[in-house]
Amino acid sequence: MMLYEHASKEIFARYSIPVPAGNPVTDADEAGVMAERLGSVVIKAQVATGGRGKAGGILTASTPQEAVQKARRILGMSIKGLPVKKVLVEEYRKPDREMYLGITIDRKARRPIIMASTEGGIDIEEIARNSPEKIFRMHINPLTGIHDYQSRRIAYSLDRRNSGQISDLIKKLYRIFSDYDCTLAEINPLALTDSVIVALDAKMDIDDNALFRHEFPEEEEGTLSGIAKKYGMSYVELEGDIGCIVNGAGLAMATLDMIKQNGGEPADFMDVRAGANEEQIKTALRLVSSRKNVKAVIINIFGGLTKCDEMARGIIDVSPEIRVPLVVRLAGTNEEEGRKMLERLNITLASSTEEAARKVIELGHTY
Amino acid sequence: MGILIDKNTRVLVQGITGHEGSLQTEQMLKFGTNIVGGVTPGKGGIEVYGVPVFDSAAEAIDEVKPGASVIFVPPRFAADAMFEAIDGGIGLIVCITEGIPVHDMMRVCAYLENSRSRIIGPNCPGITVPGESKIGIMPNKIHRKGDIGIVSRSGTLTYEIIDILSKGGLGQSASVGIGGDPIIGTSFVEMLELFEKDPATRAVILVGEIGGTAEQDSIDFIKRMSKPVVAYVVGVSAPSGKTMGHAGAIVSMGGGTALEKIQALENAGITVGRSPEDVVKRVKNILEI
Repeated sequence: MMLYEHASKEIFARYSIPVPAGNPVTDADEAGVMAERLGSVVIKAQVATGGRGKAGGILTASTPQEAVQKARRILGMSIKGLPVKKVLVEEYRKPDREMYLGITIDRKARRPIIMASTEGGIDIEEIARNSPEKIFRMHINPLTGIHDYQSRRIAYSLDRRNSGQISDLIKKLYRIFSDYDCTLAEINPLALTDSVIVALDAKMDIDDNALFRHEFPEEEEGTLSGIAKKYGMSYVELEGDIGCIVNGAGLAMATLDMIKQNGGEPADFMDVRAGANEEQIKTALRLVSSRKNVKAVIINIFGGLTKCDEMARGIIDVSPEIRVPLVVRLAGTNEEEGRKMLERLNITLASSTEEAARKVIELGHTY
Repeated sequence: MGILIDKNTRVLVQGITGHEGSLQTEQMLKFGTNIVGGVTPGKGGIEVYGVPVFDSAAEAIDEVKPGASVIFVPPRFAADAMFEAIDGGIGLIVCITEGIPVHDMMRVCAYLENSRSRIIGPNCPGITVPGESKIGIMPNKIHRKGDIGIVSRSGTLTYEIIDILSKGGLGQSASVGIGGDPIIGTSFVEMLELFEKDPATRAVILVGEIGGTAEQDSIDFIKRMSKPVVAYVVGVSAPSGKTMGHAGAIVSMGGGTALEKIQALENAGITVGRSPEDVVKRVKNILEI
């Protein structure tokens, strides 16, 4: 779960990492009140995604009137499909230098990795691609945490004159990374302003698997993926018109790929997981078929723990509510029983993933 | 013969009294797995399908001397169960649990480096050697004894491929799911090394997916192998920035898309199938069956 910038900065402040003075507001007039107090301000869209600057979601204002105007403009926009409901209003700090500092997980090394670069403020992935030598990297042993010599070395690579301040900040950022189960803790840019190091931006991505040991405000309430999560399923919305319900992420991706290979476009990805039960398949079918753009639904189950007859019972139960054609493929545990139950209904059956993908595309066209 | 386990492997089930733990213990016993004990703190003294339950792995290790362990412990306690198994000196630890915090897994893997243990998983279906033993949750009936090795990051997709192989007359030497999480105990390369050395394996199917660079990282080794490898990578239609079910299946930093992986594998001269059926067809072509 990606935290909003203002939430990340509140955490930074608690660990005494310097951040600009400021507050999130939901109303453009409040931005004016803030600007009266702070002087020149930066108004930043609060959405949990990158690329806000390029989308015009970060603007500066030198008067309260200008702040109101610009806050209103940003509050009306959407960035990568996410409506901006909040802006962060902060004192404007002119950076003398911009650097990059980030901690993430190196899957191959199975350890945290700290990355630092004197080229801050811009897209770090671009630097990583085009001039990887400009990024200083260091792995940390998760059992010992970061050593002083390590944070010193990273700090030297960034700015020898201010290395004391930076080294201290790196250790704090690592503590946040570890304490909050981050998959990413990033400061871009980390700025030098009037000989002081300040985190002008803050990005924290929290491991969804570790949310049980933290308290963050629920931000997915009411969305399809939020509902799916409550039922122990995983949902991703896509752009096409074929609803996809599959047990297991790998098989789900394979099914989506096959739909695409055969000329169809998946509308979504609903992974009911290995071990899916009747309640889950019913909820999944209701959710997926409820979307207006869905023209046909494919259900692809390979039963191990999941029993095909139980899946069939769930499908039969919900099918009177479903307005679009349905293609079902059942394999594995109790597959014969499941198929027999469905044969009596007006549901198209398929014996392989590929056949199911072809049939659902056909039915989607005629619907 | 197969890799890692055989008929004689003595297996301990950690989390044996839970819903999934007991259900899968029954299935493994039916398959013929030599389960010698189980662990659930506070439940020592009872039996699950005739298997004695202990309060701690240490007691179980003293009493029944397991050589392998399978973990069904809930995510928040799973790392502890792995530490307990490592400290007990258990050689092979298969962790089925899905949803373990990635920081926990990094600590376990760092700890593992100074031990004699190997971890398969987490978030995996485990390992099956047809005719010998099964540690994990793969369906019992789909397997058939033979000489194809399978190593996969997926669960149900692996079952699908095993099923197509078996129905098409191709048996397996061993099928291994290494797990769908970003941090896993055993890599593709480590599994490929075992298959390369295994006299019972003639060819290997490698099933990858989006996220990370595990597929690219195995290219150098595959090129050195004497045995043919057919790869399959899913997630071509997955968008970037979104987790596709598996915690590890997310395209973020460069190199993680399915197309990049397929291209890298094919550029190195490795055969890549386009669907489970296609993968099996290509294996048959290569082996001239």
